[in-house]
Amino acid sequence: MTTSPYRIAIVGAGPSGFYAAEALLRTGQDLAVDLFERLPVPYGLVRFGVAPDHPKLKQVTAVFDRIAAMPGFRFVGGVEVGVDVGIETLRNAYHAVILATGASLGRKIGLPGEGLAGIHQASDFVGWYNGHPDCRDLTFDFRGERAVVIGHGNVALDVARLLVKTPDELRHTDIARHALEALAESRIREVHLVGRSGPAGTRFSAKELQEFGTLENCDPGVEPGDLGRDPFDPPHDADPERRMAIGLLEGFSHRMWEKGKRCLFRFHLHPASFEGYDHVGRVMFRRMAPGEDMERELAIDTGLVFLSLGRRSAPLADVPYDGARGVHANVGGRVGGEEHGVPGLYACGWSKRGPQGTIGTNRACALDTVDKLLADLGSLPSPGADAADDLVSALWKRQGLRLDFDAWRAIDAAEVTRGRALGKPREKFVSVEAMIDAARGRDIAC
Amino acid sequence: MTYVVTDQCTGCRYTECVTVCPVECFHLDDEMTYIDPENCIDCGGCVPACPVGAIQPAYLLPPEQQKWIEINRRRAAETPVITSRLAPLPGADQRKMALGR
Ligand SMILES: Cc1cc2nc3c(=O)[nH]c(=O)nc-3n(C[C@H](O)[C@H](O)[C@H](O)COP(=O)(O)OP(=O)(O)OC[C@H]3O[C@@H](n4cnc5c(N)ncnc54)[C@H](O)[C@@H]3O)c2cc1C
Ligand code: SF4
Ligand code: SF4
Repeated sequence: MTTSPYRIAIVGAGPSGFYAAEALLRTGQDLAVDLFERLPVPYGLVRFGVAPDHPKLKQVTAVFDRIAAMPGFRFVGGVEVGVDVGIETLRNAYHAVILATGASLGRKIGLPGEGLAGIHQASDFVGWYNGHPDCRDLTFDFRGERAVVIGHGNVALDVARLLVKTPDELRHTDIARHALEALAESRIREVHLVGRSGPAGTRFSAKELQEFGTLENCDPGVEPGDLGRDPFDPPHDADPERRMAIGLLEGFSHRMWEKGKRCLFRFHLHPASFEGYDHVGRVMFRRMAPGEDMERELAIDTGLVFLSLGRRSAPLADVPYDGARGVHANVGGRVGGEEHGVPGLYACGWSKRGPQGTIGTNRACALDTVDKLLADLGSLPSPGADAADDLVSALWKRQGLRLDFDAWRAIDAAEVTRGRALGKPREKFVSVEAMIDAARGRDIAC
Repeated sequence: MTYVVTDQCTGCRYTECVTVCPVECFHLDDEMTYIDPENCIDCGGCVPACPVGAIQPAYLLPPEQQKWIEINRRRAAETPVITSRLAPLPGADQRKMALGR
């Protein structure tokens, strides 16, 4: 008797997709995993989100490569679920489907003037400097002297840091060439990092803040007028990490502006509107600092604004969506939840719990989802034994080539070679066509 | 740089840290956990995960704690890697309460 293995599809080759694959393949059960990814290249936001000047973090890809080498693993690149193949087709071909599609949409701010030119989502800028094919044609106007970043989290810190670093500080990273060239021409001298809370209420992590004290040509600072009463007193329940972050901000408040550029941390500012004719010229705020008897209106003149207010998942056809949380509707990873659940459909990572935590948080999260899946597995209907292989063959045939993990290895090698000549760890291909050409360097036509 | 487990971990061994490490660089003996500095990618994820505040970035260690950098390096090389959460040691809850956490 032949027992056909359980076949599981995972959608999205970011950290949570890889960790889900690992959790499944480690169970020792007879199962096989197909990891679908819309791009020919894996790793999700480790490639396209994590800042180019944080290369050590990118070493986590070595773990993903080990997972990709586990027996039963297959990477199916260049297939966008919901576009190239429907979720129902996928569900019919596999015992179970796990959505690990991340959170690709930036949150809007919902204020007058939001649509003016010069106002961007932080996620677009991040995708652009990291060479995401969706963002390569974007342009940013770096001709003014001041930029404003709205939002007090680590992504906002990445955006601000990339704006104030010197070309030499970025030259030997894997930043996309178009971004390095454009930023080298930038006239930005002052970046305002604006948030609604005080120094004790940010989501900055201490390690990321600490870097601002060590930049080559930029001093961090704080605008004294923003602070209000007892600004640097940590709340009594603050953990050591928070205390450290508050202490760093307090340190910044004593710094002089001596270097060429400045990054100003601004507090208690509530954005009210964006003003300008077709292009933004200034941002209006209301300042409400504790201990001040009245609210003040305040304007910051700028032609370049980044909104860093969090992200939400892109809804997928035939998958229930939780609009309030901005994720695929799920209870503990089961899509749809207990009563109106979609059998055999699961979610993990940022598309399950929203954009929080570090890369490793997705590991615990994926494990949790896989536990649910394994508990259900016996009761899920079995697809035909060849259904999954037939589907993947048909998809690859339609594309005219097979974008599997070997194809990615060829792209990877070509990027590393291109980078070597420039003293960079890699020079990314920034279009899908160029990625495919590099993959074709090997014989992958089918 | 790396992250380091300090003596706060001794006798506690909640292994929350292990579940959030993206690269499985925690090692373990009967006493406590250790971080392998060769593999740690400095993501910082384990710091807030540890309920007793045992983990610190090496650059923030006070002088009397600096020795833990070498202890982590040595013991990580001598002990097995731990890949999933363990049951806490007996007495861990009392210790956590005694530390006021
Ligand atoms: C700017 C930025 C900086 C960050 N810096 C750090 C950091 O310094 N340290 C840290 O620990 N964490 C950092 N993170 C967080 C980390 O990147 C995330 O925790 C992690 O990437 C989330 O993993 P995920 O797999 O859920 O989603 P993602 O990484 O977004 O992966 C989702 C994948 O799914 C694919 N996909 C989406 N829809 C489909 C579809 N329909 N069909 C097929 N494929 C699809 C996408 O192309 C993508 O590859 C950062 C995040 C951002 C945005
Ligand atoms: S969570 Fe903290 S106390 Fe527990 S094992 Fe890890 S380092 Fe030690
Ligand atoms: S800092 Fe990150 S990589 Fe290093 S031990 Fe902690 S969780 Fe693991």
